[in-house]
Amino acid sequence: LQESESENRLDGETASDSESKSEFGGSSPVPTSDDTPEVLNRALSNLSSRWKNWWVRGILTLAMITFFFIIIYLGPMVLMTIVMCVQIKCFHEIITIGYNVYHSYDLPWFRTLSWYFLLCVNYFFYGETVTDYFFTLVQREEPLRILSKYHRFISFALYLTGFCMFVLSLVKKHYRLQFYMFGWTHVTLLIVVTQSHLIIHNLFEGMIWFIVPISCVICNDIMAYMFGFFFGRTPLIKLSPKKTWEGFIGGFFSTVLFGLLLSYVMSGYRCFTCPVEFNNDTNSFTVDCEPSELFQLQEYNIPVLLHSVLAWKTVRMYPFQIHSIALSTFASLIGPFGGFFASGFKRAFKIKDFANTIPGHGGIMDRFDCQYLMATFVNVYIASFIRGPNPSKLIQQFLTLRPDQQLHIFNTLKAHLVDRGILGSLEDA
Amino acid sequence: MSARRRRRAAAEEEEEEEEEEEEATEAGSDKEVDLEERLRELDLRSDSDIPDVPLPTDSTPEILKKALSGLSARWKNWWIRGILSIAMISGFFLIIYLGSFMLMLLVLSIQVKCYHEIITIGYRVYHSYDLPWFRSLSWYFLMCVNYFFYGETVADYFATFVQRREQLQFLIRYHRFISFALYLTGFCMFVLSLVKKHYRLQFYMFAWTHVTLLITVTQSHLVIQNLFEGMIWFLVPISSVICNDITAYIFGFFFGRTPLIKLSPKKTWEGFIGGFFSTVVFGFIFSYFLAQHQYFVCPVEYNSETNRFVTECEASELFQMKKYSVPPLLQAVLGWETVNMYPFQMHSFALSTFASLIGPFGGFFASGFKRAFKIKDFADTIPGHGGIMDRFDCQYLMATFVHVYITSFIRGPNPSKLLKQLLILQPEQQLSVYKTLKSHLVEKGILQPSLRG
Repeated sequence: LQESESENRLDGETASDSESKSEFGGSSPVPTSDDTPEVLNRALSNLSSRWKNWWVRGILTLAMITFFFIIIYLGPMVLMTIVMCVQIKCFHEIITIGYNVYHSYDLPWFRTLSWYFLLCVNYFFYGETVTDYFFTLVQREEPLRILSKYHRFISFALYLTGFCMFVLSLVKKHYRLQFYMFGWTHVTLLIVVTQSHLIIHNLFEGMIWFIVPISCVICNDIMAYMFGFFFGRTPLIKLSPKKTWEGFIGGFFSTVLFGLLLSYVMSGYRCFTCPVEFNNDTNSFTVDCEPSELFQLQEYNIPVLLHSVLAWKTVRMYPFQIHSIALSTFASLIGPFGGFFASGFKRAFKIKDFANTIPGHGGIMDRFDCQYLMATFVNVYIASFIRGPNPSKLIQQFLTLRPDQQLHIFNTLKAHLVDRGILGSLEDA
Repeated sequence: MSARRRRRAAAEEEEEEEEEEEEATEAGSDKEVDLEERLRELDLRSDSDIPDVPLPTDSTPEILKKALSGLSARWKNWWIRGILSIAMISGFFLIIYLGSFMLMLLVLSIQVKCYHEIITIGYRVYHSYDLPWFRSLSWYFLMCVNYFFYGETVADYFATFVQRREQLQFLIRYHRFISFALYLTGFCMFVLSLVKKHYRLQFYMFAWTHVTLLITVTQSHLVIQNLFEGMIWFLVPISSVICNDITAYIFGFFFGRTPLIKLSPKKTWEGFIGGFFSTVVFGFIFSYFLAQHQYFVCPVEYNSETNRFVTECEASELFQMKKYSVPPLLQAVLGWETVNMYPFQMHSFALSTFASLIGPFGGFFASGFKRAFKIKDFADTIPGHGGIMDRFDCQYLMATFVHVYITSFIRGPNPSKLLKQLLILQPEQQLSVYKTLKSHLVEKGILQPSLRG
C-alpha cells in the first residue's frame, strides 16, 4: 500500500483530486479568482455581468492597442525587445500547461532543460539574423567575428549539451513523462520561436510589413466579434461555438477595407516603408531610404464594373495596397484557423484560457493565437513576391568564397548576362 | 489499493457528470467515456502500469532457422545477428558501387520506413487506429516537408538542368510559397478534422507527427547534403558509427564488466572505451583508402549533357598527401620522423571521436524511448536486429554533426546556391553586382584586367 501511495505521489496527485472538478486533479492550474484591477471593479460595480465583461474587455483592448502604438513610436529596437518578451511569455504559458497536464512539477531537471533549449534555439536564430543585418559591425569586432564564423557549430554544441543532459536525466519510473515533456518542449519551440523570428525578419524588411499584418489580424478579431455580436446567427464551426458565419464574412470585408486604408496612410511615411538598417557610424537603427516603387503612387484603371459605383475612371493607389488585399484576405480567411487550433487545444486539455495574464482576455497566447500563421505567411509572401535576394548580402557571401569558386561564379554570371544581351560580348564594363 | 479505486470511482463520476452537462447521452457514449478514461489513465499512471505492447512475432527466415537448429539459443541469436550484419554491410557496398543516385534513393526509403515505424508506435500507444484521417494527414505532412527540403537542396544542385525548363523555373521561384500553401492545407485539414471526443488524441498525434518529421526528415536531408559534398563525407561517418556499434559490442562481449548507464544495461565502459579506440583507428585507415579515389572524394555534380551524376574534379587540398612531423612522444613508439597523411585523416579523428563518444547518446535516447513506451524493438523488419530505426538510432546526431562540421570548418557558403540567387536578381541588379565582383576580382589579382575570360 505504501508503494502504491508513493507512486501516486510521484504522479503528482494529491488528496484533493477527488474533490476537484478539473480534469487533472491537484490544484487547478487556471486560477478562478477574478483579477480585474480594483479600480475597474468599482467603476463597473453596478452594471450587469454581461456588460461588465464587455466593458472590461473593451478597456483592456484599448489599453493594448495604445501600448502597441507607443512601442511603434519608440522604434525598431524596442519592438524587437517586445517581440522577444512576448515569445518568452508564450513559451512559458504553453510549457506550464504541459506541466499541469503531465503533473511533472516533480521533475525539476525538466524546467531547467526547457529554458535551456529555449535559450539555445534563440541563440541560434538571433545569431543567424544578427550576422546578416549587422554584418559590418560583426566583422569589425574580433570576438563577434569568431562567434559568427563558427556560429552553427557553437549552437549545435549547445543544443547537444542539452540533449545529452536530457538523456542522462532519464529516471526509471518517469521515462514516458520525460519523453512527453521533451516532445512538448520541441513542438512549442517550433511554434513560438520560429514565428517570433519571422516577425523580426518582417520587421527589418520595413515596419509596414510588421504593422499591417498584425493590425489586420487584430481588426479581424474585433470586427468578427462585433458583426457576430450584432448579426450573428449561423454557427461557423463546432470547435468555437461563439463564431458565426456573419461575423466571419463581415470581418473579412471590414479587414480588407481597413487594410487598404491603413496601408494608404502608412505608405506615405518613410519611417514605415524603409528597411531597417543598422548605421555603423551612429551605432543605431535608421530608417531612411528612397521609397521603392511599391510605395510610389500609381494610376490604376478601375474595372468597368465599378465605374458606375465609384464614378472614377482611374484611381491613385500605392502598389502596396494591392498586396495589402492579399495580406488582409489571409488574415481573415486562414488566420482564424490558428484560433480554431488554439480552441481545439484548449478543449483537448480542458482549459478555459492559456493563462490569466490579461484580465478579460486570458493569456498572451490567447491574443496571439491567430498571429501564428500570419507571420510565416508574410515572410513567405515577401520572399516569393516582393523581393528577390538582397544583392549586398550576396556580395558579402561571395567575398567569403574561395578564389576558384569566385572565378567560377563570375564567369557563369558573365555568360548569363551575355546570353541575355544585358552585357555586350565586346563590352568591357 | 483502495485509495486508487476510490480515485478512479470519483474520476468516473466526474466524467459522467461532465458528459451529462455537455450533451444528451448518446448510444455511443459508453465508448467515448471509455476513451476518455483510457486517455486519463495513459497520462496519469506511472510507467510500470502500462501494459507491454505485444512483442512482434519472430520473422527469421525459415532457411536460417533450419541451418541453425542445432545450436543453443545464445549462439543461434549471435549467428543470426552476424549473418544479417554481413548481409546489410554487403548491401551497403553494393549500393555505393551503384552510385550517388541509388544512395539518394536508399536514404529516402530509409527515411520513409523510419517515419512509418515511429508513427506506428504512436498509433499503438494512443490506440488511435480509429482516426483514419490521421494516417492520411501524417503521410501528407511527410510529403510536404520532403517536397520543401528536396526543393531547397536539389534545386541548388540541378541549377543548370532547371534553368532550361520553364515549368521548373516557376516551381523554383515560388517554391517556398508553394510548400507553405501545401503545409497550410494540411494544417487546415487537421483543424477541420478535430472530432469532439478525440481532441486530445488528435493533438497528441499531431505533435508526434511533427517531432518525428523533425527528427527523421531533417537528418535524412543533411545526410544527402553531406553526400553531395563528396561520398567520403557520407561513408566515413556512417561506417564509423557502424564500426563503433560492432566493436563496442565485441569488446563488451569479451571484456565487459562495469555497466555504463542504467538505460542500457548491456553497455559497458570497457565496450565504450574499446569501441572508441577501435573506431578512431578504423576511421583513420578507412579514410586513407577512400581519399585516394576521385570517385569518393569529389563533390557530386549533375552533368546536364550526359544527364548523370559525375564525380570528377581536381582533388582539393584536403585529399592531397602531406608530410606531417610526428610528435616526439610518438617518434619512439613508431620509429618514424615524418609521416605522409591526407589532411582529411585529421578530420576523420574528429568524426570518429564524435561517433564514439556522442553518437551513443542517440542510442540511449532510443533505448529510453523504447522503455518509456514498453516496446522491445521499433519494429521487426530485420530479423535479429529489430526495425530500421534500431539500426539507425546512433546515426541521428552524426548527420547533423557532419553537416555542421563541414559548413564551419571545411567550406564556406554553398557556391551553387549563391549562383542561383544571383540569377534570380533583376537585370540591373545583376549588372551592378557583376561590376562590383569584377572590380573585386581584379583588385585581388584573381582576374587579369585585360583578359576577357
